[in-house]
Amino acid sequence: MRIAERRLLATRPHRPGTGGLVPILVLLAVLLVLLTVRQPDFLAPSSLMSFLGRSAPIIVLAAGQYFVIVAGEFDLSVGSLVTAQVVVAARLIDSEPSRTWPVVVLLLASGAAVGLVNGLVTTRLRVSSFITTLGMYLILVGAVYLWSDGAPKGGLSEEFRRFGRRAFEDVVLVGRLPFAVLVLLAVAVLAVLLNRSDFGRTLVAAGGNPRTAELSGVRVHHVKTMAFVLSGLAAAVAAILIGGYSGVSFQAGAGLEFGAITAVVLGGVALGGGRGSVVGAMLGALTLETLFTLMNFYGVPGALRTAVQGAIILLAVAVSARRSVRR
Amino acid sequence: MSDALPSPLLTLRGIGKSFLGVRVLGEVDLDVLAGEVHAVVGENGAGKSTLMKIVSGGYAPDEGTITLDGVPRRFGAPRDAQRAGIGIVHQEFNLLPERSVAENVFLGHEPVRRGLVDRKAMLDRTADLLASIGESALPPGAPVGRLGVAQQQIVEIVKALALDARLLIMDEPTAALADNEVERLYALVRRLQQRQIGVLYVSHRLQEVFDLSGRITVLKDGRLVTTLNTADTDPDRLVRHMVGRDLSHYYPERAGPDEPRPVRLTVRNGGNRRLRDVDLRLRAGEVLGVGGLQGSGRSALARALFGAAPFTTGDVTLDGEPVRLRSPRAAMRAGIAYLTEDRKGEGIVAGGSVLDNALLAGRALRPAWRGRAARTARVRDLLTAVDVRAAAEDQEIRFLSGGNQQKVVLARWLALEPGILLFDEPTRGIDVGAKSAIHDLVRRLARDGAVVLMISSDLPELLGMSDRIIVMRDGRIAGELPAGATEEDVLTLALGTVPAAA
Repeated sequence: MRIAERRLLATRPHRPGTGGLVPILVLLAVLLVLLTVRQPDFLAPSSLMSFLGRSAPIIVLAAGQYFVIVAGEFDLSVGSLVTAQVVVAARLIDSEPSRTWPVVVLLLASGAAVGLVNGLVTTRLRVSSFITTLGMYLILVGAVYLWSDGAPKGGLSEEFRRFGRRAFEDVVLVGRLPFAVLVLLAVAVLAVLLNRSDFGRTLVAAGGNPRTAELSGVRVHHVKTMAFVLSGLAAAVAAILIGGYSGVSFQAGAGLEFGAITAVVLGGVALGGGRGSVVGAMLGALTLETLFTLMNFYGVPGALRTAVQGAIILLAVAVSARRSVRR
Repeated sequence: MSDALPSPLLTLRGIGKSFLGVRVLGEVDLDVLAGEVHAVVGENGAGKSTLMKIVSGGYAPDEGTITLDGVPRRFGAPRDAQRAGIGIVHQEFNLLPERSVAENVFLGHEPVRRGLVDRKAMLDRTADLLASIGESALPPGAPVGRLGVAQQQIVEIVKALALDARLLIMDEPTAALADNEVERLYALVRRLQQRQIGVLYVSHRLQEVFDLSGRITVLKDGRLVTTLNTADTDPDRLVRHMVGRDLSHYYPERAGPDEPRPVRLTVRNGGNRRLRDVDLRLRAGEVLGVGGLQGSGRSALARALFGAAPFTTGDVTLDGEPVRLRSPRAAMRAGIAYLTEDRKGEGIVAGGSVLDNALLAGRALRPAWRGRAARTARVRDLLTAVDVRAAAEDQEIRFLSGGNQQKVVLARWLALEPGILLFDEPTRGIDVGAKSAIHDLVRRLARDGAVVLMISSDLPELLGMSDRIIVMRDGRIAGELPAGATEEDVLTLALGTVPAAA
């Protein structure tokens, strides 16, 4: 593979990691077209904005999950973490508006703490992250049942719920702009910057080849642990949005971990680590939500969701495995 | 079965292949006769591996035809090629360590009786196959994981024979073997030849090519240069075909004996699980060669100095001050760089881009948001300076040849401006052109005042490059040799005995 006359390596305009976005963009476009055929006003600014708002939690979770998966690990605990956070928030706030901000801070801190534990157990105790986070999942489910005696107590304040359900009205161009979309935007920008930072690049390298990374000075344990912390933080943000949008229940976060993993895989991120972009992961989540909306419009039973998710995971992994062998 | 005029077993005509728009192989013609050992040589990146993958069904060619026994073939997958009678023994083996020799040999096509695997038939047939190539000493029931590398290689060959392979591709078969095992491989190849099996033999070691082959095909930049009768050529001429120049001024000039430069790094009484009583002084401007057999502690020494497997006893000083090199990061901060022997496993992130690979150490050691652009620009300059040939800087590094991968790794370390460089087999599996580029660079670094420690199994390289040589044996420094030592001197120290008169 030698090009004798060209000594300088070609630098391309696009940034590292954004090369593989074409498939997911095409898929998203196709789904949006199908949706518009069925529901012509879907693409109207206000309905698009509220769709984005509804999709915000899963997109945020996908961004968190991306960092874990690209580092070669899994985080199965995010779904039950969301549930736990929503239930805990309701009991702590107990409809008292003044407690909103302290609880928000507490949720973020506890999300990071759960991620820290996941990360430390995985890296220091060398437990496979699949098992670590499955254990954390069960611990959180059990703990939240125990703590709330089997039924959610208290209630969220209106101030807390506005992140997930309120919007700026009469905004130019878009009309109604949900707060959730702004939160999503902030998370997306942070995630992209983080992915391009030295931390992000060394994380991807640690997922691609931990031996090489370690021998190049990367603190592999450290960056992997940070990835779990990011996923925990993402779960906290998602919990705040979900609590506001759909209220308090033991089902608040059910199945979200698989939704997030499906989204990440759909976005072209390789399970096992080392390849993929955070933008792809977030687009994957958006595509997944679009697909579910489409299924809704076409009257496909909601019970099929999980089956569809499973099929997507298998298909996406098969396709990406084939691609990497082929080239 | 002896024909007077054998018709070709395998005929390749006009084979071509491109990846992502980069043409890596074009218009390659090649014949292999039954019972012929046909060597394929060329620099890394010349297209040898791609060609072998095409013959063995790993890639489909974009152009050209493959004819086996006069029948045109198209292989969609390695399985198709296997069924057609083409076997391949890779540099890295594909064996299940927990399973027996026989189970590995018949993996996927076990003899079956009444719906169950017929173990006895499997063992018997494996024993027959082993006997047919004169290896009856190898027990068919032994677990493969307990066998040595040479024996595992035999299992791979028998695996191909069990599928009635008539053409066997051997990719760098001696890379993992010790010297005495190479002789046995020679004998084995000759027995395959007697059985009228055609062998495509890929190797960097010209000695073997001349010992074994009947004809040699030279590839360069994905093109066929020539096919020669081995008897009509010699190594010098062959190398000229491979690189288009002579081997003569192969090793760059030494710095010359001016006044002794300061000692930068010393080790006193260093030891760990694999090393004992290591005493070492590394001077600025010096290339210290490290010789010894595999497993003698050469790599352990480099790893100890780099903090990857630190010394547990003894003292290390840097510029007179005591230092503790307890992790790669600590060593990197002290200005030490380490180019690993296992490039694929420890040197590169295969799925990462050329640029990401080159930036890795800098990003890890000194993460920064401001100044990123300047750092990237510097690394780009370094990539150009070490002459990396790639389609683009965001190309995944696994698509580069070994030599180019090594240059990227080198650029990664040079970006940190290290004062002490540890090279572990820096030119193994690298083409002749890249090899001399790396030699030049090593010499230049030393001349500019760096300390270079270079481990090499390639004796001419060790002798040609080193200002001083230490030879390791059983985790100790067995002895030290000045520049101008001979291969015999090194071997005597490495083996610990005076070698039998040859």
